[in-house]
Parts: sequence; C-alpha cells; structure tokens
Amino acid sequence: MSSELLKVEKLFATVEGTQILNGLDLTVGEGETHVIMGPNGAGKSTLGNVIMGNPVYSVDSGHIYFDGQDITALKTDERARLGIFISFQSPQEVPGITLEQFMRASRSAVTGKPLKVFAFQKEMKGVMETLSMDHSYAGRDLNVGFSGGEKKKAEILQMLMMNPRLAILDETDSGLDVDAVKVVSEGIRQFKKEGNSLIIITHNARILEGLKVDYTHVLSKGRIIKSGDSSLVDEIERDGFKGIDGAEQE
Amino acid sequence: MEKDAKKCVRDVDHSLYDFRDEDNSSFKTSAGLTPEIVSQISDEKHDPEWMREFRQESLKIYNGMKMSDWGPPIDGLNMDDIVTYVRPDTEMKGKWSEVPDDIKNTFEKLGIPEAERKSLAGVGAQYDSEVVYHNVREEVAAQGVVYTDMESAINGEYADMVKEHFMKLVPPTDHKFAALHGAVWSGGSFVYVPPGVKVDIPLQSYFRLNAAGAGQFEHTLIIVDKGAYLHFIEGCSAPKYSVANLHAGCVELFVAEGAWLRYSTIENWSKNMYNLNTKRSLIEKDGTMEWVSGSFGSHTSYLYPMTILKGDHSRMEYTGITFAGRDQQLDTGAKVAHVGKNTSSHIVAKSISKSGGECVFRSSVTVGKAASGTKSAVTCDSLMLDSESRSDTIPAMDIRNDSADIGHEARIGRISDDAVFYLMSRGISEEDARAMIVSGFAEPVAKELPLEYAVEMNNLIKLEMDNG
Ligand SMILES: Nc1ncnc2c1ncn2[C@@H]1O[C@H](COP(=O)(O)OP(=O)(O)OP(=O)(O)O)[C@@H](O)[C@H]1O
Ligand SMILES: [Mg+2]
Repeated sequence: MSSELLKVEKLFATVEGTQILNGLDLTVGEGETHVIMGPNGAGKSTLGNVIMGNPVYSVDSGHIYFDGQDITALKTDERARLGIFISFQSPQEVPGITLEQFMRASRSAVTGKPLKVFAFQKEMKGVMETLSMDHSYAGRDLNVGFSGGEKKKAEILQMLMMNPRLAILDETDSGLDVDAVKVVSEGIRQFKKEGNSLIIITHNARILEGLKVDYTHVLSKGRIIKSGDSSLVDEIERDGFKGIDGAEQE
Repeated sequence: MEKDAKKCVRDVDHSLYDFRDEDNSSFKTSAGLTPEIVSQISDEKHDPEWMREFRQESLKIYNGMKMSDWGPPIDGLNMDDIVTYVRPDTEMKGKWSEVPDDIKNTFEKLGIPEAERKSLAGVGAQYDSEVVYHNVREEVAAQGVVYTDMESAINGEYADMVKEHFMKLVPPTDHKFAALHGAVWSGGSFVYVPPGVKVDIPLQSYFRLNAAGAGQFEHTLIIVDKGAYLHFIEGCSAPKYSVANLHAGCVELFVAEGAWLRYSTIENWSKNMYNLNTKRSLIEKDGTMEWVSGSFGSHTSYLYPMTILKGDHSRMEYTGITFAGRDQQLDTGAKVAHVGKNTSSHIVAKSISKSGGECVFRSSVTVGKAASGTKSAVTCDSLMLDSESRSDTIPAMDIRNDSADIGHEARIGRISDDAVFYLMSRGISEEDARAMIVSGFAEPVAKELPLEYAVEMNNLIKLEMDNG
C-alpha cells in the first residue's frame, strides 16, 4: 500500500447541534482514488467540509491527519496551503472579483511566491481549453451568473491550476451535460497523472469512466459502512443502497 | 415602485441627529467673522469689485442663517475657530511633527514618496507636482482648454464667464455653509472646455490642491461647452490633514448641450474633519453628467452631489461608495431634479460600515410637472462588517408627472461566512478573504476610476480593514 496521505480517525462532528459524522474512519494513500457513495443526507458533503475545516461544523472528537501531521485544529487556509482542495457541491458566488484574479490570489497564497503573470495566464488558457471553457470566463466575476455546470467546470479549473496533493470532488458531475462530463473526466485523469490523490463523492458512475478507482466506500448515517473495490460502484448503481447492511432505507 | 421605496425607508433616530439649538447663540457671538476680515481676504486675493461685494453679501447671509436641523451632529465643530481658518494672515500650515501618526502611516502604506507626504499633509511647500500641473495645463491649452486656479480666473481673460456662473448653482442662501463659502472661499480650479473639444486626459485637481494656498474653502467651477468632453478628478486618496477641521468647498458644473462631463472624487480627509461640501451640476439638452465618488475620510460628512437635468434628453449617472469606520458618521448620497423631458438618472450607491461607523445614504429624486418621460433608478447596497456599525437609507421622492418611471432598491447585508470559507479553501487567509470580498463589493465603483485611483482605493479599503 502506498503511504498514507489522509487519515480520518473516529471522527465525530456536529452542525448546529445535530450530530452528522459518527465515528468515521477513512484512510487515503498517496496517489489513490477513493469513491464515496451514500444516500442523500448521509454526511458526504459534511465530511468534505470537515476535512477542509469549515468552521460551521464542529469536530467533537477524532482526528484528521494529513501527510502525518494532525490538522484537526488547523484553519481552512492552512489546510489548503498544505495541499488539500475541495470542489464544492454548490460553489459560492463572489461578486467583484474575477475568476482569474481569484486563481492568481490563491496561487500566490499557496506558493507563497509572487506570481509570474504571463506564465500563469498561458497555463490557465491551456487548462481552460482542455475543459472547453471559453477564455472570457476568466474575466467574469467568480461564479456569479455561472450555470450549475459552468460552476463545476470552474472548480475543476481551479483544481488543475492549484494542483493540490488531495482533491475532494463533491458531486462535481451533477449538473454537467454529457460532453461536460467527458471533459471534466479528462481533467481529472490529468490531475491523477501527477500522482495526486482523489476522493470522489458521487451518485453516478459516469464521471468515473476511464479512471482507475482504488476503493469505494459507502457512507451512511455519518459512518463508512462498507468498503470495496471499483465493483462496489456498479453494485450500487444496480441495486442501490438497500442491500447494504446498516444503510438507511429510502 | 413607490411601495418598494416605502419599504426601504427606515425610521431615523432623531434624537441622534437633532441639533442643539442653544449652541447657535454662542456660535453667533463668538464666530467673530467680521466684514473687516472678509475684506482683508478680498485684498489678499485681489478680488474685483463685484467679488468684494459678493463676499460681504454672503457674510450677511451667513450671520443671519440658522444651522440646518437634519443630518449627523456637527456640534463637535469648533465654530470659534472659523476666523482662524479663514484669516489670510493665519499660518494654516502645521508642523510635520504634529501630523498624526496614523496619517503618516497611511502615506507610507500607500507608497507616497517622502517628498510628497509633507505637502499632502498640508505642512510642506510646493513640490514637483506643480510642474506636472503646468505640463498638463500646457497640453490642454493647445486645445483651447482653460485650466487655471480660481484666483487667476476671476481676474483673467475669462473673468466675465466666471462672474456669470460663480455661485449661481449654489447660491449663498442655499445653506449656512454655502454662505460661509461665499464669504471666505479661496483656491480651487476653473476649467472651460470650448465647444466640440474632447479632452483626452483626465484633469486632476490633485496637482492643484497640493500647490500652496489650497484650503478648506476651495471653489471649483467647470464649464463644458456644447458637444465638449471632459473628465475631471478631484482629490487623492491620501488623507489631507489640516489644523483646521472644517471643509466647506463648493463645486459648480455646467454641462452645455450635447456635452459630457465626468467628475470623479476620492476623498480621504483626515478623521478630525467636518466635510460639509456642496456640489451641483446643471445639464442642458442631450448633455451627460457622471459622478464617481468615493468617501473614506472625515469625522462627519454631508455630501450629496446634485444634478439638475434641465435640458430634454439629458442624463446623469452617480456611482458612489462610502466607507465609515470608527467614530465616523458619513452622510452621503445624491440628488437629482428632472426638469426637461425624457431625462434619465441612475444612482448606484454602496456603503460599508465598520467598527461602529455610521453610513447614511440619502437620495432625493424630484420630477417636475413638465418632465414627461422621466426615468430614474436608485440602488443602495450597504455592507455592515460588524454589529456595532450602522447603516441607513433615506430616500426622498417628489414626483409630479404621471409618466415617470421611478425605481428604488435598498439592501443591507453582511459578509457571508460561506464566501469567506470558500476563499480560504483556496489558501487565502481569513483577513485577505474578507478584504477581497469588501473590495469586490466596491468594485463597481473602482472600475469607474482611472487605474491608479482604483488601486489606491483598494489600498485604502485594505487599510481600513486592517485598522481593526
Ligand atoms: N450547514 C448546515 N446546517 C444545518 N444542517 C446541515 C448543514 N450541513 C449539513 N447539514 C445536515 O447534515 C446532514 C448531512 O448533510 P450532507 O450535506 O453532508 O449530506 P450529503 O451526504 O452530502 O447529501 P447529498 O447526497 O444530498 O449531497 C443533512 O441532514 C443536512 O441537512
Ligand atoms: Mg452532498
């Protein structure tokens, strides 16, 4: 097994007084791709947010380790600078700051170095082409007025520009049309080539096409109740969560 | 639309804004602004006869007028010092060592060179920008544009034009500080753009204000003749520190048929200043007036640029932002009078309040009986950065023509935690994330400014955000 990059240990987390994560364990090795599936409301997005350190959620017990370091108490930006990224299920709209300005700010925040603007723009244009995104989007206000699918593409653009060591993709495929799923999958494959790790939260196998999945987990009621290889995805696609022991019933 | 407007009108806490009448008496007796002092100003300025009389007449009006009884309190203003402010033989310049540290720091953070700092603070002598000013003047003079200081203008080639327009839009009877201005005004700019001339470079009074003799009562008179085009920029973002803490300037803008004028201001008076400025413009047929306004400084501001859309098809746009921090009460807004037919106005105001600062946005839209086909839209967005800060919107409307299409919208909000988290998830620190969101909020104003001013405005926002 490859070396541990992320380790979530007996994690309990609440939001507004309600317990969502119930002693969740998850280990992701360097270069691995993990798929997390599970019923609506199971706590998948919560897990992503807690790994990223969203202060809305409070961790009551348990630990999160990244590359051997306990990051449970770190602030969100510190985690990002260590190389954790999340593509949000519903990305925020921020008026008055363009997508490009934002990516430049985050690039220099993460690298801690002044940005080489020309090289950055060239790189950005290349990635936007891969994602079939019109260049004009770089000059538009961050996610403002973007369609659902465009927002998701913009998240993947950011991921590729930041090249984090671990990316959590929270339902990146939902809202994407058939062609968009293809280009986004291509982007994800590129990202993987760099030896990075992935956690893909999805309800749909489409986005996993052409991607080597190492592990599949079923998250239910705030815990991982079953883990397996990529065949588990097909199983769930076919039978849903009903057959899985301990899963909540629809 | 009317209904919408009403929804947004919040009750003003009058106890907070009421003036204390008893102060008036002490004010009158101790003001001590005498005809002799005013006459001394006339001597100093080499006033022509009509101006001598104008000043004396204004003084009478000033002495007979009551303080207005609305708006934020100004009883902290020491009117006893008025004489000191205006007396020509008063040494207005302070000492560099007396300039408050926060201002010195601001200069530093804004990257203003050492040589300019003293001058900006009003304690230094003239400096290199005077040269720049002269160069600009020569460049536009080649196009027939007159750009000079008011004192020269009043005695120069365009004396008649000045006389014809001076304080015609803002008469001394307008309010007490307009009267004071009429009596003691000093410094400022005169610009005349002949018919059809398009001035490509923005004229910046920044250079003038730094020159010697610029005070707190400057008068700006701009006449843009038929079909001409001008962008004028007033002020700069460095705080203008002064021993005197009253600013009662006056700006009069005349936009002739088919002409276009943009008047941009970034104002950052030092935090001891009472900024009681009056700005007004008159727009003829097919003329366009655009205001871009950023208010950051002063302790208390009353600032409502007014536009009179006199000619048919004339139009105005106002884009403004006000940022009030600790101990600041900034009462700003815009007024428009629709007089001609098919005129339009578009007012977009933003306000940010922080650390107990108070922003009040006042708008006034009047539509005359004959002003058919009027279109007017007013929007005000307020951002409150904490719960001690205050923000109010006070729209006034007087609509006398049924065909008018009037809109008013006001929103008050806070920085969204989700947005902060989003930016932070990309490695940006919390502080920077907040500053970015606030800058983004101000962006619609920044993008109307020339780049160097937009950059300075963003620096200012960052500074204000840092001053926790
Ligand atoms: N900020 C919040 N405030 C209140 N409740 C929340 C919040 N975030 C999550 N929850 C609740 O926590 C539970 C888990 O939500 P979560 O978004 O993690 O589910 P999910 O597994 O991602 O579901 P889906 O598949 O629908 O995206 C839900 O019941 C949800 O309502
Ligand atoms: Mg979810």
